[in-house]
Amino acid sequence: MNYVISLCDVQKDNRVRVGGKSYALAVMMQKEMNVPAAVAITTDAYDRYVNETGLRTKIMMELSRKTNDDVRWEELWDTSLRIRNMFVNTPFPPKLYETIKESVDTYYNGKSVVVRSSAPGEDTSETSFAGLHASYVNVRGAESVIEHIKLVWASLWSDSSLLYRKELGLDEFRSSMAVVVQEIIEGVVSGIGFGQHPNDPARCVIEAVYGLNQGLVDGTLEPDRWILDRADGTIISHTPAVRSHAVSPSEEGTALTSLPPELKDRPPLNDENVREIYRLVMKAEQIFGLPQDVEWTMKNSIMYMLQSRPITTLAGKDKDEKRGWYLSLKRSFENLRTMRHKIEDELIPALQKETDDLLKADLPALSDHQILDEAARRRDIFDKWKKIYWEYFIPFAHGMRLFGTVYNDAVRPSDPYEYMSLLSTGDMVSLQRNDILQEMASHIRDNDTLSHDLKAGDYSDILFSSLLKKLISSHGDLLCRSLHCREEIPDIVNLIIEMASAPANRRAGRQELKQREQIFLSYFNGQKKRDAAEMLDIARSSYRMRDNDNIYMGRLKARVLETENELTQRSGTAVSGQSSAGHFDSLSLTVNEPVSDDTFEDTRAGSRVRYRQITGQPAGPGIGSGYARVIKTVADLMTFKKGEVLVCDSIDPNMTFVVPLASGIVERRGGMLIHGAIIAREYGLPCVTGILKATEVIKTGDPVTVDGYLGIIIIGA
Amino acid sequence: MNKKDDIKGLKETLAELFSAQKLAVLSSYGNGQPYASLIAFTATDDLKHIIFATTRATRKFANLASEPKSALLIDNRSNDEKDFSRAMAATALGRAEEVRGAQRKSFLDMFLKKHPHLKEFVSSPSCALMVVSVEKYYVVNRFQNVQELHMP
Repeated sequence: MNYVISLCDVQKDNRVRVGGKSYALAVMMQKEMNVPAAVAITTDAYDRYVNETGLRTKIMMELSRKTNDDVRWEELWDTSLRIRNMFVNTPFPPKLYETIKESVDTYYNGKSVVVRSSAPGEDTSETSFAGLHASYVNVRGAESVIEHIKLVWASLWSDSSLLYRKELGLDEFRSSMAVVVQEIIEGVVSGIGFGQHPNDPARCVIEAVYGLNQGLVDGTLEPDRWILDRADGTIISHTPAVRSHAVSPSEEGTALTSLPPELKDRPPLNDENVREIYRLVMKAEQIFGLPQDVEWTMKNSIMYMLQSRPITTLAGKDKDEKRGWYLSLKRSFENLRTMRHKIEDELIPALQKETDDLLKADLPALSDHQILDEAARRRDIFDKWKKIYWEYFIPFAHGMRLFGTVYNDAVRPSDPYEYMSLLSTGDMVSLQRNDILQEMASHIRDNDTLSHDLKAGDYSDILFSSLLKKLISSHGDLLCRSLHCREEIPDIVNLIIEMASAPANRRAGRQELKQREQIFLSYFNGQKKRDAAEMLDIARSSYRMRDNDNIYMGRLKARVLETENELTQRSGTAVSGQSSAGHFDSLSLTVNEPVSDDTFEDTRAGSRVRYRQITGQPAGPGIGSGYARVIKTVADLMTFKKGEVLVCDSIDPNMTFVVPLASGIVERRGGMLIHGAIIAREYGLPCVTGILKATEVIKTGDPVTVDGYLGIIIIGA
Repeated sequence: MNKKDDIKGLKETLAELFSAQKLAVLSSYGNGQPYASLIAFTATDDLKHIIFATTRATRKFANLASEPKSALLIDNRSNDEKDFSRAMAATALGRAEEVRGAQRKSFLDMFLKKHPHLKEFVSSPSCALMVVSVEKYYVVNRFQNVQELHMP
């Protein structure tokens, strides 16, 4: 077995073992192009690692929880995170470690390197996807290099890879990953070159930024862009960027730094540089026979090729827009930082103001004509905010994901979701609402006769009625159809009496929060520590927003429904989809996740089939048992009993007021960062998500056990 | 997918498994002690009956004679790592009895079609053709997914 091969020694028959990137670099090096010195860590090393440690079987079991088609895109991130954590926590077999360490020491002896993926087959145009696998810039010392090799290996199972699993032919039995360890070239200008413009075959594209390439590749920096004639390299156009920053090596890794003023006004390349890159791109095309997508960097006026691969055909032609959209959710730290300010300082205040303004309208005073106009206007307002919700609020959830990766890399917890416990600071609107409900329940518990009075319709108790008023004024629009909740008050009161009948689950303690935060931060120093603290802050904002945005949108929705109710009353006909399903079901914020409402007939030849145990995703640790309460309408929520297992298709923060009564949560939608999982964590409840057809195969009253450790549910006693 | 498809799909899966597998593990019970045996089996197309043969002097025959309630395990493991994610297993619960009378010929033909090399064994007067009438199947796949199929 040859685990490490220097690029100079790579031969054609090593092609698969060193992977596409290494092979292309080796070929360019052998054709006397300027390529940084590098060694390939072969797929033999990956294979030995996953086979000897048993990781291959674990990955296999992780991926077989559900069939491919049944996995929702959000679950892929979770799967990928769990697999990544397995790599982080699984040590190298000692002999393999020694062999690689020795080679890295010999070749680099403590010098800074770049550790990049080199997947077999990624040099063919069918399977060339940009940005699936990880790269780490400015890694120093054999030990750190080896840790980063593991992270690159883990990226074979990144969420993006899993998303394109079929096209990539990703197979847990056969797939393997090589790694290229390159000497770092601290380029003053870097960029990419496209041998053929994706939309115009007669042209090619060159993009450049100051500093290292990372900022361009991950979308943090806007590049200067040149369009050239493919035939002779004539520059057709140059579009300058607003140049403000550069990515440069820091003590470890990279950092974003401000550009000095003189560089802001000067394009990173002159015409001669552009033509030189054109010549390199064309030379690469000549070598490999297809138009190439290259990365290059320039130092001391010398141009280096960092990689070359055929231009991706598939990703551009991807007909599945959802996948493209999902990939676009990955945001950089910088991008999230900007987004956070826009959301917190601009969008949410504007949304709240717009909702409050609507609240001031005196609907009964409007003429029939006016009320029609008002209803249409409110629909438009809602649609506008729904767009913003998809464009800003949903992508901002990536803040939690990014933090999760940072946390797991630093802390290496055995529970890959441990980071979630740092995010909850208890200031979500839904929790504040639940706290009022709990306060009312506890007041009932303390007063022997109050429950009896309330059941008889006597709400005169001073504290109770003031809390009820507080609840309805701050959260009533989400609980009720009308502003004053007249119809719903008895249901709400009954629910609170139920909460009082036995102590409800309390929110998990927060005492350790500060301590955990300090432990996390202790893994970093200097600027990295400040970045980690800011990352945590952004992740907390992202966590809060994940829940709160739905509540704020729910309030706006209530204003839309208000006009529609007014219309209904005046015309005397029902507005469809509103009365029976409960008002959170109309004006849905989600798209394209139809729920089958088949009712099942067990007729076929008298056989009956029953799901006994179903595998989903573990989303809140613990085990809970109880009778199922399948939530399909508001009424199902209002009749929730203490100790029942909440079973739902997809829970909305507007529905989570019954969660303190539940002994477990089961949700059809899968993922760790869905509302059901978040609220379950808040109350320390076992939660399993991604249970296909949950609300169909489980019936209200079925005994259900929720195993939140393993991510399975057991139906039946 | 609705429930009818679930049943149909599950039955097809079971039929495939039963035709691919030659051997099953039979559980019987006697004198306060569970007992497991490896047997050659075949199943009827409607999955209601699982047929196997045993000589009458065996412990399993004695056990089944006194306690007909029994269980069978049929699986497709290949004894490697893939089994943890790809193997499936079906547990059948039912009642066992010796096949006699009119049914015997058709069940015997079915059994020998699958296991022609057992002709001499089954033809021996000391050998009993047995049938388990299945009441329930538990089907496990992908490590931890379990479905229950009730047979009429």
